[in-house]
Amino acid sequence: MSQVLVTADGVPLKTSLARAQRRSKLKAVALVAPLFVFIAVAFFVPIIDMLFRSVENQLVGEVLHRSMPLLQKWDERSGELPEEEVFAALALDFREAKENKSGGRVGRRLNYEKPGFSGLFRKSARGADRMEAPYREAFIALDEKWGDIENWRVIKRESAPYTISYYLAALDMGYADDGGIARNSEDGRIYLKLFWRTLWMSLFITFLCLILAYPISYLLSVLPTAKSNLLIILVLLPFWTSLLVRTTAWIALLQQEGVINDLVVWFGLVDDDNRLAMIHNRTGTIIAMVHILLPFMVLPLYSVMKTIPPSYMRAAKSLGATPFTAFVRVYMPNTVAGIGAGAILVFILAIGYYITPALVGGQSGTLISNFIAFHMQNSLNWGLAAALGAILLGVVLVLYFLYDKIVGIDNMKLG
Amino acid sequence: MKFLHTFRRCFLPAVAALLFAGAAHAQTKLTIVSWGGAYTASQQKGYHEPYMRANPNIEIVNDDSGSGALAKLRAMQSTGKVTWDLVDMVAGDAIIACDEGIAVEIDHDKVLASAPDGTPASKDFGDLIVNDCYIPTIVYSTTFGYRTDLVKKKPTKIADVFDLKKIPGKRALEKRPNNNLEWALLADGVKPNKVYKMLGTEKGVKRAFKKLDTIKDQVIWWEKGAQTPQLLADGEVVIGSTYNGRLFSVIEEEKQPVAMMWDWQMFDLDGWIVPKGGKNEAEVMKYLYFATDTQRLADQAKYISYGPARKSSAPLVGKHAELGIEMGPHMPTAPANAKHTLLVDFEFWANNQDDLTERFNAWLAR
Repeated sequence: MSQVLVTADGVPLKTSLARAQRRSKLKAVALVAPLFVFIAVAFFVPIIDMLFRSVENQLVGEVLHRSMPLLQKWDERSGELPEEEVFAALALDFREAKENKSGGRVGRRLNYEKPGFSGLFRKSARGADRMEAPYREAFIALDEKWGDIENWRVIKRESAPYTISYYLAALDMGYADDGGIARNSEDGRIYLKLFWRTLWMSLFITFLCLILAYPISYLLSVLPTAKSNLLIILVLLPFWTSLLVRTTAWIALLQQEGVINDLVVWFGLVDDDNRLAMIHNRTGTIIAMVHILLPFMVLPLYSVMKTIPPSYMRAAKSLGATPFTAFVRVYMPNTVAGIGAGAILVFILAIGYYITPALVGGQSGTLISNFIAFHMQNSLNWGLAAALGAILLGVVLVLYFLYDKIVGIDNMKLG
Repeated sequence: MKFLHTFRRCFLPAVAALLFAGAAHAQTKLTIVSWGGAYTASQQKGYHEPYMRANPNIEIVNDDSGSGALAKLRAMQSTGKVTWDLVDMVAGDAIIACDEGIAVEIDHDKVLASAPDGTPASKDFGDLIVNDCYIPTIVYSTTFGYRTDLVKKKPTKIADVFDLKKIPGKRALEKRPNNNLEWALLADGVKPNKVYKMLGTEKGVKRAFKKLDTIKDQVIWWEKGAQTPQLLADGEVVIGSTYNGRLFSVIEEEKQPVAMMWDWQMFDLDGWIVPKGGKNEAEVMKYLYFATDTQRLADQAKYISYGPARKSSAPLVGKHAELGIEMGPHMPTAPANAKHTLLVDFEFWANNQDDLTERFNAWLAR
């Protein structure tokens, strides 16, 4: 028979301990709560909202709420137009849409699928008031597009509350005439190319940053403090300068009548008619982005290198290693944590970079983020922007997973 | 502690002052969104300042976020907090805004002043009122400027833009299909009244892109109106398209060696929409009555070389307020400049913008 341990005031020890711990647990939760709420509101909610938007498609069914349920009975393979009752309900829907100004929005939504719907819906909302039975003939008389079975297929497909058509568009695909899914024709393929370009350019930029930052960081870590502090300022100063200023400075330097081209021509390396095209293309994007992202590589590398005792290299050399072997076998493995941290920072930043490629990218140097911005701001096709964003998020998560498997995320060290 | 001290000393009085100022003037603040730069300045001098002088209880605040206005307005509407009272938009965007239901529909004859001779506003603006929400204020054109010192032969027609033999060197074109496709077809010999019909067909689109292909690797694509003037001034391009007012300031104000090539300038409109859900709608309508009357539209042309959208304003256009040069000959609508012009087909672009933009982007990325 076991004896229950009690404290001085007679409460069982287990209960007393739990009570004391509960209080400190609550305190811990209270301390973490603001951060947790912040992350939830500023990070998870927008991402969930984006994922939702990329498939959400309530609009058509909501506005055309009389005709769409009837349209579901229509067989799109029959080769015939929908029944008269569908057209009659559509006329009522259009009258209501004219009242609450929702016809234009449906038209624009369907216009993403097939050009022409925007004008068709505007016209029909205006004309539906004067329509009389038979409605099918009246609609076709208003605009012959209502007599095209292909258009009705599109409407029926997009009347569902959820759609994959944004994802299809984001992957350069669409619906063929027979209703199946097919790749776009050569003229209409763009996003896959851009995803691929974004990926390899980000990797390339990360690689260039590493090559450039490694010797700089090494120098910073071995110099006496007074000198290295001065050099650190040189790294930080551009880091603190506005992104736009630095990007515009690169335009002034790299353009065809710019400083660098002038120098190259003056030295006679190229003649005046063949000035180098270094901006408004891929080269310009890579140069400017490497410069802007370089501090994100230098700083973690520096802080890791700073902690490597110089005696390690001396020990390796005294044991007979050549400087090269000592570097590869002793020094470099010690910096892996910094390389990992710097590389993932630069890569993640580069893959979503937006302003610099927009300004200096020209046609060959723009990235997928520029198109996401375009669909957010110009075309207002937020569903497509969300689908592109969701795919980008997926790509980053897959790469992160691979990174964790290969390098190990625990090996990362920011300082 | 030192921070707190500074905070008390500087920040609190500032807050107090602001609160006091707010209480002292019981003013209505109208937030008007436009494009910034010389354009907003011309509206400030032509419309806002005279209106504020006549109505001391109104304070007009300029917001320069015109280029992203459509997206921001839509976002505002979805959260239900519309902080803008009036927004300047090009016609194409205004059609979208009206379709999306984020702009107020306007009875033009009720809201706007008639012409001095009594012509109702809807007749005075004519078919420039492209939809029920839009109040056009200016006619601008997208046209070409070229470096007089860098071309051997003067470009005189749109086909010269596509002629690398006659005009060698880089050219600047806008990074969107609009205007470029029309110009490509015109340069390829399509009759002006057939251009949009042609662009509505697969064959026509292919033909336009094929024509653009011939100069593709010599083009720098611009996105902001200020880029072409800069590229011309730097000698980065020999010829480039942009808004005619921008070229005016390069030529007349900055005295750069640049000249206009007006052939087949593309007419477009700029004007006001009233966002739905704005807090001061009644005040805005009063402002619009004043700011879009015949004299005010003519006044704006003193500060920038865009043509007034009212027919009745044209004879009143005078001299530039600071340079003292006659503005008439610099207007895109001046007879000497307007020999060949095309008005953007807004209906066509409302239907085909998404599709053609995608094809244009795909073509660029190829």
